[in-house]
Amino acid sequence: MKKIVKRITLYWFLGMTLSLGLSAQAETLRLLTWGGYAPKEVVDLFEKETGIEVKVTKSNNEDMISKLRATGGAGFDLAQPSQDRIAGAQIEFDIYKPIDLSRITSDLFIPSMLDATVRNTSIDDRVYGVPHVWGTSGLIVDQKAAGSVHDYQDLCDEALTGKVSYRLKRPTLIGFAFAAGEDPFAAYGDSGKYQQVLAKVEKLLIACKPNVKKYWSGSDDLLNLIRSGEVVAAMGWDAGGWKLNEENADIRFVAPKSGALGWIDTFALPKKTKAEDAAYKWINFVMRPEIAAMITASAGNFTASKGSSEYVEDGLKKRFQESFPSEAIDNIKWYPPVPAGLEEMEGKVLDRVKAAK
Amino acid sequence: MRRSGFNLGLWLLLSPLLLWLLLLILLPHVDLLLISLRERVAPREYAFSLGNYREFFQEPLYWRTFARTALLSILATALTLLIAFPVSYYVAKMLRGRIKNALFLLCLIPFWVSELVRTYGWMILLRESGLVSNLLQWSGLSETPVELLYNDGAITVGLVYSAMLFMVVPLITTLDSLDDSLIEAGYDLGGSHWHVMWEIVIPHAMPGMVSGCILVFMLTLGNYLTPTLLGGKDSLWFTEQIYTQFITRFNWEQGSAFGILLLMLSSLIVWLGLRLSRQSFAQVMS
Repeated sequence: MKKIVKRITLYWFLGMTLSLGLSAQAETLRLLTWGGYAPKEVVDLFEKETGIEVKVTKSNNEDMISKLRATGGAGFDLAQPSQDRIAGAQIEFDIYKPIDLSRITSDLFIPSMLDATVRNTSIDDRVYGVPHVWGTSGLIVDQKAAGSVHDYQDLCDEALTGKVSYRLKRPTLIGFAFAAGEDPFAAYGDSGKYQQVLAKVEKLLIACKPNVKKYWSGSDDLLNLIRSGEVVAAMGWDAGGWKLNEENADIRFVAPKSGALGWIDTFALPKKTKAEDAAYKWINFVMRPEIAAMITASAGNFTASKGSSEYVEDGLKKRFQESFPSEAIDNIKWYPPVPAGLEEMEGKVLDRVKAAK
Repeated sequence: MRRSGFNLGLWLLLSPLLLWLLLLILLPHVDLLLISLRERVAPREYAFSLGNYREFFQEPLYWRTFARTALLSILATALTLLIAFPVSYYVAKMLRGRIKNALFLLCLIPFWVSELVRTYGWMILLRESGLVSNLLQWSGLSETPVELLYNDGAITVGLVYSAMLFMVVPLITTLDSLDDSLIEAGYDLGGSHWHVMWEIVIPHAMPGMVSGCILVFMLTLGNYLTPTLLGGKDSLWFTEQIYTQFITRFNWEQGSAFGILLLMLSSLIVWLGLRLSRQSFAQVMS
């Protein structure tokens, strides 16, 4: 009897070490994400708890789609595109794998945000995304030099000639369309109508060109332009605005009168993911309130994790409340899914704006 | 038997080169050409079409960017030659021994750091709150901060700077090979500086000048980093267009067509340049 017990324990040990060794070898999670979404301390904690190593690649929406398209959805195990860029890319390029919602601990999510993301990223009842980090883009304004800027069109005020910056990308088109009294999201489905909206925005942006110092290309680029005082008002992300506010109280993130543009970055499974289990583990891990708060601290944006705001430092909460009185929150324009083909129309407008003298 | 063995050895020796040419140069270009000849008709469905090339000629924006890129590249190449020739002549012909090597090394040193770092260096110098602007204000030449960045001038400066090495090296090599006694003979026969330069030095240096020009032109035409970082709000560069089509528009078909067109343009200009300077490609590359 003793012998048998001994033998069993021996086999058990052998099995354990073998499987541990294997898992240590095989388990890596290749994460395709944004800067700040997988800070080192979170990666370390995750590795300590699960033994899974996380390899982080920083990217942006277009880059993620291009990378996954080039390989047919291979090379990464979990990606984090924005919720409005999933359905279109999936229909066009077939790069994602449906998410099994039963493997996600849905109690960890803010229900309204989970529902909205699931709805926006579904194709024929298959769900392709769950929410992670959300934020807005609006205006970053130096109150001393450009206190009169309250909406996108104020950036084109003559007093600010050569002191303004924004991106030549789709959020700028959408923002200026709202500021001009149009509703571009309502026109998403009707390409004729959308073309009209775009033509109006094109005129505005060309007329506004003398005011532009430079079209910024990355967050750091923009922050440097504002820090040096070369730019006093810009269209940009809230997190960047709050970061600058921490350094210089005059610079603030302002929710535009016509509404800040709200985005939600999600978790989506690339089609040829090789570590699905690890991906689900990572999702359920980073959505824990205390972990989510760590990501908020590093990315500067809030997450869809329920109850995590209790763990967020007060400074950030205060800056958020300053930028967003409750009516401004209600006025946030959340991006609906982008239909395929829209980007081509927008691209031509952006090209023409850039080429205009 | 012996013969076939010899052939096998030759093929084995050649295979790395052939594989390189086939897999990394020929196949990608064929693929690029094939992609450029199709058009998206519906999601995940493509059909043969010349539409991408038609688009290029119908949309003035594209061919204007194309022409602009070519002209600025030619200008940058000419400027590089103008600056590099006296430098190379001085290093190769006027100096001897240690100081010659030291000066040659000085030409090389900036290229030990990456192009990105050098471009950022120019940004620090030229920007409104940068070194040059502050210097101008301090010396009283200007009252207000001066913005020197974000225009075509800045692009040209960046391009010339980043390509200088590729002009200096072939020039120094060819000038070095010119026998000094030929120059002396020129003076002995009563030639002026101008005559000696025009009749002896430049004809001798021609292959080096042309190969330097080809290198610099190709590098400038295909440069993505410098025009994007130093360029202003209306400076378009053709490689940037290709990048945008591929990465932000997801339009690989259009991007491939642009790529093929750029390849044709650069080949055409190089061919024209060789024709005009009456050099053959084999001579220049040797």
